[in-house]
Amino acid sequence: MEITRRDMLSVGGKLLMIASVGATFEQITGAESAPDTYRVADHWWGMIIDIDKCIGCGNCVRACSNENQVPKDYFRTWVERYEVPEGYVNPRVSSPQGAINGFPPSKQTSLKSFFVPKLCNHCADSPCVQVCPVGATFVSPDGVVLVDKDYCLGCRYCVQACPYGCRYLHPETETVDKCTLCYHRITQGLTTACCENCPTGARQLVDFKDPKDPVHEFLRDNKVSVLKPSMATEAKVYYKNLDGSVR
Amino acid sequence: MIPGVDGFMYPNEVELQWSVLIVLYPFVTGLVAGAFILASLERVFRVDAVRPTYRLALLTALAFLLVAPLPLQLHLGHPERSFEMYTTPHSSSAMAMFGFVYLWYLTVVLLLEIWLEYRSDIVRLAQSSKGLWRLIYRALTLGSMNVSPRALQIDDKVGYAVTVIGIPSAFLLHGYVGFIFGSIKANPWWSTPLMPIVFLFSAMVSGIAAVLLLYMASMKLKKWPTDMRCVDTIAKYLFYTFVIDFTLEMLDLIHRTYESDESFRSLNFMVHTRLWYSHVVLQIGLGTLIPLGLLAATQLWKFSEAARRAMYVTACSLTMIGIFAMRWNVVIGGQLFSKSFLGYTTYKVELVTREGLLAAIALMLLPFVIFFVLVKILPPWQESEAHKA
Repeated sequence: MEITRRDMLSVGGKLLMIASVGATFEQITGAESAPDTYRVADHWWGMIIDIDKCIGCGNCVRACSNENQVPKDYFRTWVERYEVPEGYVNPRVSSPQGAINGFPPSKQTSLKSFFVPKLCNHCADSPCVQVCPVGATFVSPDGVVLVDKDYCLGCRYCVQACPYGCRYLHPETETVDKCTLCYHRITQGLTTACCENCPTGARQLVDFKDPKDPVHEFLRDNKVSVLKPSMATEAKVYYKNLDGSVR
Repeated sequence: MIPGVDGFMYPNEVELQWSVLIVLYPFVTGLVAGAFILASLERVFRVDAVRPTYRLALLTALAFLLVAPLPLQLHLGHPERSFEMYTTPHSSSAMAMFGFVYLWYLTVVLLLEIWLEYRSDIVRLAQSSKGLWRLIYRALTLGSMNVSPRALQIDDKVGYAVTVIGIPSAFLLHGYVGFIFGSIKANPWWSTPLMPIVFLFSAMVSGIAAVLLLYMASMKLKKWPTDMRCVDTIAKYLFYTFVIDFTLEMLDLIHRTYESDESFRSLNFMVHTRLWYSHVVLQIGLGTLIPLGLLAATQLWKFSEAARRAMYVTACSLTMIGIFAMRWNVVIGGQLFSKSFLGYTTYKVELVTREGLLAAIALMLLPFVIFFVLVKILPPWQESEAHKA
């Protein structure tokens, strides 16, 4: 059968239509890896944590572990329980397995008890970034402290320099690993796995560069603090009603 | 409850990140710096009495310097990437400078000074030896066979200049190692401006003690008489340096105790429990007070030559143990307590792993093997000289 120019154009047009519908569908379903619309210069990420809302369920730890394939016994995020039993001044602190399974019921009568979720503070003036001998750990232009695992030597100087205990050596890659603030999610317009799975909204991802972000109201209306302010790291994880005993 | 943990540790702190190999790193570089500074006493400060140990000190420094990067390499998760520190160093990192400080010290200071010091011997040996040795010595001449008085005079002048540059370089090498620890504000056990200077003086103490021991052992093995004027002088310098070192360490201790900042309770408890044997018993008691007492006694009273030799060997051996304990207490001690100041972990030394005890022992024996080879190739003494002593 002879193929005419008309047939050729007809078949080609149909194929083009199918391809363009497919491409549009792919965009709608969000299957693309990196949207062109994300501009790093437009964001400055951080997190706000409301101590009073955290119930110590450990959902955030589990969600983080699943989302980021965190190796067993290492933690990108964890939750601590502070308890001041009767007759004591200083709190007793615990975090069994980083609270990945929550906390067992307390055996003591506490005058005061609260939970403190912890994660990398994504410091603007980060000691871990300062000490990395090859610049494998760095602050991204949108304010997230990341590790280039193809470049990290595994010297662990950054682990020593982090005042908050947020870093560890990944046992398989033998490079340093830590919270990425779910960078693969937030650049897609999603929130972090820990925030998404927090049943009480105790943790919220915030963008300091977004004038409409609730963080501005949060900082204005509440008594907030960062962990270890004396370290002067310009931490970007703000806690509401943080007790002075928390380290 | 996590085994080995008392109180509360941040979950990622339970496992120590820097092992016994990182203890070796400051210990070995300290020996290098100390040995070189002893060598410079003769060369720059014209302390003729220590002349018999001059070459020995240089070879000791080289033997240990060649081993210095190995514990670091073994420790790295990706040793194959360590060259990135040369190609893309991060300028704000204290650690990034290690490669450059090391290369500077190895090539510009130590190798050059040794070559200049030995050049006339190398030329003589290249002419008098046979076979493989002849080839080795001819290669070591680097094509420079001129040993005329004028050439040797130039060697001496350049050698002097290299030593003059070498003294601050030795200070830099070990002061810098102290800075790597002292600049970590997150760790109150390390974070003190005294750290570089304490490291420096303890390096001098360990280096001087190591050379004194190696010299006395060499004389014993060769059945040559020990030059007592030489060992007495070195012991005197060891004593003075040790007094400064101990004073600085006590200053640090008193300052911490008096100031009692938020970390003090935690650190104080650690010293009285987990670090009691290594810090109080080994470092301060056995490794400092006893050798200082022995050295002080030799300065105050007259003892027979045999008694002095025995006292020096005892004092130097204990000093080496004490300085090693000091490095251990800094590196390991700095990781045993939580940065929350609420708990403590335990360091379990592994045996047959990349960072285990066997690797550490092998790395500590390696400099002695290298030293033995270096002494064979570049004899640090002339037989006639030794007999004169």
